[in-house]
Amino acid sequence: MLTRPSGTPAPATPNVPNPGAVLDRTEIRRRQRRRARLRRIPMDVVLYTVMAAVVLVMSVPLIWMVLASFKAPGEIYSVPLTWLPESFALTNYREVASAIPIGRMFFNSVLITTLGAGLKVILGLACAYALVFVDVPLKKTAFVVVLFALLIPGQITIIPNYTLIAGLGWLNTYQGIIIPGLASAFGTFLFRQHFRSLPVSVLEAAELDGAGHLRRLWRFAVPMSVPTIAAVSLVSIVGEWNEYLWPMLVVDNPTTMPLPVGLTLLQRVEGLQNWGVLMAATTLVTLPILVIFLVLQRRLVAGLTAGAVTG
Amino acid sequence: MSTSPALAGAALGSDQSPGSSPAAGPPGATSPGARPAAKPARRRVKARNVAVFLMLAGPNIALLLVFTYRPMILSFYYSMLQWNLGASVARFVGLGNYVEWFTDPRTPTVVTTTVVFGLVTVGGGLVLGLGLALLLNQKLRARGVARTLAFAPYVLSGIAVGMLWLYIFNPRYGLLKVLLENIGATTPQWYSTTPWALIMIMIVYLWKHAGYVALIYLAGLQAIPQDLRDAAALDGASPRRTLFAVVLPLLGPVTFFLLITTTLSSLQSFDLIRAMTDGGPLGSTTTLMYQIYVEGFQTGRAGYASAAATILFVILLIITAIQLKYVERKVHYS
Repeated sequence: MLTRPSGTPAPATPNVPNPGAVLDRTEIRRRQRRRARLRRIPMDVVLYTVMAAVVLVMSVPLIWMVLASFKAPGEIYSVPLTWLPESFALTNYREVASAIPIGRMFFNSVLITTLGAGLKVILGLACAYALVFVDVPLKKTAFVVVLFALLIPGQITIIPNYTLIAGLGWLNTYQGIIIPGLASAFGTFLFRQHFRSLPVSVLEAAELDGAGHLRRLWRFAVPMSVPTIAAVSLVSIVGEWNEYLWPMLVVDNPTTMPLPVGLTLLQRVEGLQNWGVLMAATTLVTLPILVIFLVLQRRLVAGLTAGAVTG
Repeated sequence: MSTSPALAGAALGSDQSPGSSPAAGPPGATSPGARPAAKPARRRVKARNVAVFLMLAGPNIALLLVFTYRPMILSFYYSMLQWNLGASVARFVGLGNYVEWFTDPRTPTVVTTTVVFGLVTVGGGLVLGLGLALLLNQKLRARGVARTLAFAPYVLSGIAVGMLWLYIFNPRYGLLKVLLENIGATTPQWYSTTPWALIMIMIVYLWKHAGYVALIYLAGLQAIPQDLRDAAALDGASPRRTLFAVVLPLLGPVTFFLLITTTLSSLQSFDLIRAMTDGGPLGSTTTLMYQIYVEGFQTGRAGYASAAATILFVILLIITAIQLKYVERKVHYS
């Protein structure tokens, strides 16, 4: 494919002072190919340089955070900045623990995340199963109720929900933090999409064998949906762990306070001076999610980008 | 999708011991002889289905009604009250809060901040994300590492990310100060001067969100058949021409999706502003979303804040409606 078929008279090229358009194009193509091959090497250099820059921009802040969490105040304020701390002593972490009950907050975060994400997935699964497989009148309406909830931003619900939770005496309680965010329109929507793709014959066979809806849900629908459940669970875990606005509004007592709210509390206690201590707390908040992300990246990404694929 | 009546009848039949009574008839409502007898049975199946439906879908839907729909409607109502958070008395003022919001001398600042923040984070996010995606779509060694790193900040707590960048932006001992000094620039007072505080937050927002945009664009790029690029190359199109004439137009729907979703999340962003500036200095980083929080929970003017929340909701709803209309049309004509 490198030369043109002999239909075009080849010797025409050097002799004719004004070569035809066809020949012109062949020549251009040949040159382009040669140029592309020559360009490939500097092009690679450019691409790798840009990629290295991206890697640095993305990773240095996180590395800097972890390194700073081990630095003594003198090292943080030293004028030519030093990269590595003199020692990897846990002084800053100890200071975090003496300023705020960080252990308790870690426990709160784990508890709120586990309960919140777990219940969210169960509620979403059960609701999606009913929406797909249980035949009742007004099922479409129920689905529209779930779907439209996707369009209501959580932010506009904060004031009425706050007055309700305060009225119930649920401020500073786990249920006050967890329950208002439990209903999951997004998870239900994804599970419904997935259930509709399941082979109906399997569930019909189970039904013929006398399996009731609950049994069909737990023994058939759930085992056939493990990747989707994993994706929704991971998205919920990340969401619950990072959730800030709602817990910040309903909690001012460290006993039930989750980590991100504790972080802004620490910021107020320590001020914007003691960066080693602040970075130690920041590391504690980010590290668990970072580890989950690195280990289960594929599933988590699948969940976070699911909206793009279906939308 | 739904259980057919025949199956429901069969399930009922199999629940009972076979041939227990002639009235129940043989399993399967298909035989015409069984019709009159199957009618009450079918009604019983229906009643049981309703019970099962309520048990499975009820809790989720009830929670949505109580914690999503009820507050949405109440928010409209609150927006017409002069009412302080926690107070037991409220005065009905009709559209008074809206009138106040539109005539408030601070409103132009809030609107400008929101619009600038939205334009820069959405526009910048799309450009950076697309660039990142085009880069990571090249056959480069270790691009997986770059992809992972680019996406990592997206899953981290906004408060933590804000805090760690606050340290980097610190005008006295921040990492950025040193970098700027190395290129001969002086560090602006990021925390406390007017345009710089907003610029700081927008930079961090882009750092946190560009990886998400890139990931969606990568999925879009990988969906473009290689044949199309090969064809363009065979026709003598330069790589740049292929990019502009073939690849980018085909990314149109992805771009539109991202435009909508990133606008929605940009308008709702809260955590970074909270961690980095708390809306200051002098309200220069207070977006509409942040104003709802400040008015509702710091000033305590819940009625006024609800009016601002309603305005935000209407804006978000219009954006979503545009998306739905577009998606519908796409489905219709494809």
